[in-house]
Amino acid sequence: MTHDIQSSATDVLATAEEWRRSGRQVALATVVETWGSAPRPTGSHLVIDEDGNFEGSVSGGCVEGAVVSEAIDVIETGKPTTLEFGVADETAWRVGLSCGGRISVYVEPIS
Amino acid sequence: MDLSLLSALNEERAARGATILVTDMASGEQRLVLKRSDFSADPLHDELVRRFRSGKSGMIETDAGNMFLTVSVPPPRLVIIGAVHISQALAPMAEIAGFDVTIIDPRTAFATEERFPKETLIAEWPEDVLKDAPLDAFTAVAAVTHDPKIDDLPLQEALKAGCFYVGALGSRKTHAKRVERFLEAGIPQADIDRIDAPIGLDIGAASPAEIAVAVLGKVIAALRKEPETA
Repeated sequence: MTHDIQSSATDVLATAEEWRRSGRQVALATVVETWGSAPRPTGSHLVIDEDGNFEGSVSGGCVEGAVVSEAIDVIETGKPTTLEFGVADETAWRVGLSCGGRISVYVEPIS
Repeated sequence: MDLSLLSALNEERAARGATILVTDMASGEQRLVLKRSDFSADPLHDELVRRFRSGKSGMIETDAGNMFLTVSVPPPRLVIIGAVHISQALAPMAEIAGFDVTIIDPRTAFATEERFPKETLIAEWPEDVLKDAPLDAFTAVAAVTHDPKIDDLPLQEALKAGCFYVGALGSRKTHAKRVERFLEAGIPQADIDRIDAPIGLDIGAASPAEIAVAVLGKVIAALRKEPETA
């Protein structure tokens, strides 16, 4: 009877620790707020390394690309940042959420 | 986030502990609250208690600014003592509802792979199973064998471990005898009062499957609702 939480779906926080311990530079993105219809709930994580490898999700794939490139900046500067995505956003044409919702994503380095 | 904080968080999660990571959105400062620790003096105490119960992460406004609470709670487990007819309905329903289900019954005539999927079934005595996989606050225990030799020990263990739900099948008379045995065994009355008996929601359940619905309803209520204040 092994009901290990790590063995179920991909465990993003465990991955973040593993990557950092193996010497990679790592940032963690977390959905901190959602408005309207959002594909992933508050608290969802995406882990990113300095080469742009990532694991997890903060949307249904709509904004991951933008979060990854911002995360690489966060890794370089060492400063956390909060990103907003949504249809009202002027970047919506590029990386908006097709579902019409808005999300706020906190990106922080693992130091 | 500090790697040391992330390690502490992951370690606690791996041990089926519940945690809340508090992030100050303005400064980026973070701290980790463990459910098993004493956080009664924490300025966010009431909010933390609510979040541990709901399991939901979220932003809150405080006097000190916006804080984001990353809540990690282990997936709820349901341990069913007794591979009986009720369990045949209860196990799949509970799995659909998102519980990790384990059925324990030392009686090999009941605990057969024909009646239950083998990944959820353990044909051993509860005391042997619980030694390796102890109960915890995110586990519900439903004892449905009708046999004190099998039911009593895991029920007592469930009360000691603070399982969020402890239910026992049996009539009021059966339960009265159980209460006597538990008092003799030194279990505090307040703990005994936590046992849901007769088991399940009072919906007039008649068939084994209906009793399973009643039990699952009570388990979910215990998991999701604020405790009723007497």
